[in-house]
Amino acid sequence: MNNKWLSKINLFAIIAGSLFGAGLAISGMTNTVKVQSFLDLFGEWDITLGFVMAGALIVSFVAFRFVLKNDKPIFHDKFEIPTSKDIDSKLLTGAAMFGAGWAIVGYCPGPAIASLIYGYWQTFVFVVAMLVGSWIARKFT
Amino acid sequence: MEHIYLLALVGGGLIGLSATLLLYTLGRIAGICGITFSLFMPQITDKKWRITFILGLVSGAFLIHLLTPIAIPAAPTDNIYLLIIAGLLVGFGTQLGNGCTSGHGICGIARKSPRSIIATITFMAIGFITVFVLRHIWGVI
Repeated sequence: MNNKWLSKINLFAIIAGSLFGAGLAISGMTNTVKVQSFLDLFGEWDITLGFVMAGALIVSFVAFRFVLKNDKPIFHDKFEIPTSKDIDSKLLTGAAMFGAGWAIVGYCPGPAIASLIYGYWQTFVFVVAMLVGSWIARKFT
Repeated sequence: MEHIYLLALVGGGLIGLSATLLLYTLGRIAGICGITFSLFMPQITDKKWRITFILGLVSGAFLIHLLTPIAIPAAPTDNIYLLIIAGLLVGFGTQLGNGCTSGHGICGIARKSPRSIIATITFMAIGFITVFVLRHIWGVI
């Protein structure tokens, strides 16, 4: 898809990445205490992060309609959209394991990676374990 | 509307904008686990935009804390066993289930993908249950 580091593709990749990281930091998604409070539905539930999901979905739900009306994206020959339609045990088991892991520490993959910049050793341990976990899944499933 | 909810909504909006931009320009789904894990897959050849996106993700969060009064959140738990278990579960689960909060929760729902809707309901529900059990029954988080 791209062969050079200095390319329009990478320019838009870094802009998109920065918007994402900025959004995570502004919204409080990199704050594990807040994430766990959001998941504490049966305790002192903090609904704040529900607004993150709402904000993201309002924009993307509308904008995706317009984007996907095009034949192809600007810098690529086709939209790389997942084609699988199967609701199988892999999907459900994977999502369940993810939900449990997310709740235990309060990190999902995006915020965990963005939080690496904070320099906490805890974040590094989590991210390394996450990469090992994904490798195990590819190797053995 | 309270300040904190507005920030969450705006932050979420930026995440939605990021996902839209990535789809419109590169034709890719902004799923952070997919983008990250594929850096470790030999068969994936287009790694440069992924690396650039992740650099943006980290620097976007950094810039927000640098340029705005939004403080860097506290570190997550320092219980190394919880960090490792959670990381392994998140990595394994998102690889097996092909997506995390961003890929399924935002992009997938925006595409009205039944797989992603089911996955999101599953990881949210398990997240709620896990916090309930670990916080209110076992008292470990």
